[in-house]
Amino acid sequence: MKLKLTSLALGAALAAGPALADLTFPDLSYRTGPYAAGGIPFSDGYNDYFTLLNERDGGIGGVKVKVTECETGYNTEKGVECYEATKGDSPMVYQPLSTGITYQLIPKATADGIPMHTMGYGRTSAKNGDVFSNVFNYPANYWDGASGVVNYLLEINDGNINGKKLALLYHNSAYGKEPIRTLEELSKKHGFELVLLPVDHPGQEQKSQWLQIRREKPDYVTMWGWGVMNQVAIQEAANIRYPMENFIGIWWSGAEHDVLPAGAAADGYKAVTFHNVGRDFPVFDDIQTYVIDAGKAAGAGDQVGNVLYNRGMYAAMLAAEAAKTAQEIHGTQDITPEMMRDGMEALEITEEKMAALGMPNFGPSFKVTCGNHGGDGMVGVNQWDAETQTWSLISDFKPTDSEVIGALIAEDSAAFAAENNIESRCK
Amino acid sequence: MFYREAGDFHTTYTSDSQTFPIKFDRYRYYVILVIAFLVVPFIINDYWANAILLPFLIYAIAAIGLNILTGYCGQVSLGTGGFMAVGAYACYKLMTAFPDVSMFIHVILAGAITAVVGVLFGLPSLRIKGFYLAVATLAAQFFLLWLFNKVPWFYNYSASGQINAPEREVFGILITGASAPAWATYLFCLIFCFASAIVARNLTRGTVGRKWMAIRDMDIAAEIIGVNPLRAKLSAFAVSSFFVGISGALFFSIYLGAVEVGEAFSIQKSFLVLFMVIVGGLGSIFGSFAGAAFLVLLPVALKVLGVDMLGWPTDIVAHFQLVIVGALIIFFLIVEPHGLAQLWRLAKEKLRLWPFPH
Repeated sequence: MKLKLTSLALGAALAAGPALADLTFPDLSYRTGPYAAGGIPFSDGYNDYFTLLNERDGGIGGVKVKVTECETGYNTEKGVECYEATKGDSPMVYQPLSTGITYQLIPKATADGIPMHTMGYGRTSAKNGDVFSNVFNYPANYWDGASGVVNYLLEINDGNINGKKLALLYHNSAYGKEPIRTLEELSKKHGFELVLLPVDHPGQEQKSQWLQIRREKPDYVTMWGWGVMNQVAIQEAANIRYPMENFIGIWWSGAEHDVLPAGAAADGYKAVTFHNVGRDFPVFDDIQTYVIDAGKAAGAGDQVGNVLYNRGMYAAMLAAEAAKTAQEIHGTQDITPEMMRDGMEALEITEEKMAALGMPNFGPSFKVTCGNHGGDGMVGVNQWDAETQTWSLISDFKPTDSEVIGALIAEDSAAFAAENNIESRCK
Repeated sequence: MFYREAGDFHTTYTSDSQTFPIKFDRYRYYVILVIAFLVVPFIINDYWANAILLPFLIYAIAAIGLNILTGYCGQVSLGTGGFMAVGAYACYKLMTAFPDVSMFIHVILAGAITAVVGVLFGLPSLRIKGFYLAVATLAAQFFLLWLFNKVPWFYNYSASGQINAPEREVFGILITGASAPAWATYLFCLIFCFASAIVARNLTRGTVGRKWMAIRDMDIAAEIIGVNPLRAKLSAFAVSSFFVGISGALFFSIYLGAVEVGEAFSIQKSFLVLFMVIVGGLGSIFGSFAGAAFLVLLPVALKVLGVDMLGWPTDIVAHFQLVIVGALIIFFLIVEPHGLAQLWRLAKEKLRLWPFPH
């Protein structure tokens, strides 16, 4: 009945015609399939923040925000279908939350003049804005994540990990393969041994990889997993009694739903992160008042404060701030995707700005420039406490090895530029 | 009534044995061709090309390929995804190695390379049949995917292990890459699809096809009447893999532009094409088109109906899609085990007699 009513209401709204040009933010989400556990909270956070802006502030700069959701199921073919279906109504920015779809869309979105924001995923070398004009991956990327893991290991080993053994358990896809190059470079630099253990999609079958871990006895295991792969890995680690505190995931392998199935055995599991966790921010009071209590929450409304919900909300906040910046630059409320791109390129996030938005110390402060679309790559470490069922930041946001990463980014983006005849555009 | 054959006399063998012996059928076929080649390219937009028509045409080629192997020659294959991957990677290697050669040649060569690989994996079919052969082709599926993931040469040592189609032209018109116009990519795939269907149709009603069908119906009897099972089975594998390879090459270079082998050519793809063949109709070229249309267009149609028109939550629509498509597959297979093609044949039969049932 509720569905019918909304359908009728929507039909009526469509019939009435759009009174005001809204700012459209497409949400290529996935609420079904083996990766839904990660897709749902992210999408809920993304939607809820825009709902909050609409309800509390009347949109961005007085223009209402419209979020059009499209289900991709983490599948590239459906992702393309979603992109083609939504690109007509002047979308502000695409955030597909899938490295595979990102690779697909980078050339398409660039050709269509639509910006993309791939926060903490996608093609790492997109940080080089000189080559990737329409792709942004601030505030941190995979290679920052890999370096963040190694930096943390250095930190707890008094700066020396020579001769240690680090195993990388990764999703055997573009996503999982991203950190390998960086880790190889870092292993040369710091003298640790790297063991590569690929896990095939969707990642439910990991017995042989963990057998190998039992045999090789790595000092540390780091994981590039997503979806169902994460919980299976943590369960398997518990089964072979691998010490959890030596098991460190990337930010996509560190949410509540990843550790909860293993129960108390997951206690001490760590994951790197580029934003803060928990509900202890003023913005959540507003979300409670304007969104949840008003019955306007996206999805089931039970994800508020989860790691990935926070990340989705953070992504929406950065998008909204970029839209505001674009409105200021171009002096119009009614911005186009091209203007939005300029706004993203001129985005500056400061501590005061975040505090004013009710998110003090939620993420790093950074400034996007033409040449640097990736922020400063500050990475912190979270640890799971199974008893209180909370994540807590045990290592504050610290800079990553920009020397190693910068060289790799320059190399990879130069190859891309040569392949596609892209000329330097930054002065 | 609708299919009036009065006055439609065949005076020569050629006219009697043509693909569409009924005049009405033939004209309808010509009208469809004219629309597909001369009307659609002028009205097509990006959404119709990339979301609907390209996948339909490409899957139709794959379904034709599998139909030759499974429907006409009776060899069950679960390796379609792997063979599509061979086509895609062959096309990628050719595109990057010889940038100046026309895409037409690359796609055809990719098909030829896949045909060779297909014959290699078809060799076990000489010793094993049925389910056992299905398992052998399943091995091909997993082996090929593993190979393309494992050996960096296949993806030109790219960091992510993905392959990306560089921009290539045909007669000076951009055909791959993001800025390729919709009509050009559509026409390119349509030409391949049209040619595949014509070739497949003519192969299956000639000597080769009759040999395949003899092997399918009873291989021992076929051998006794002089069909060489080695040549019949391996030629079926070769021709089938050729088409599947072409579809894989188009799938990668024209449709998606960037492919990750484990995701794009997984076992799911093999099943999807197999379902197209089964739902469409085993041993029918039209069935391949009907099956591809059913499994490509229906999910999109349901999505448009549910999300865009009714405004339902996307996850509910996605779940409904699975339920509805699944239920329809079961329904069709119960009502008509020979697939949509047989349903169409019966409908035609009824229409010829209508309104008089006898």
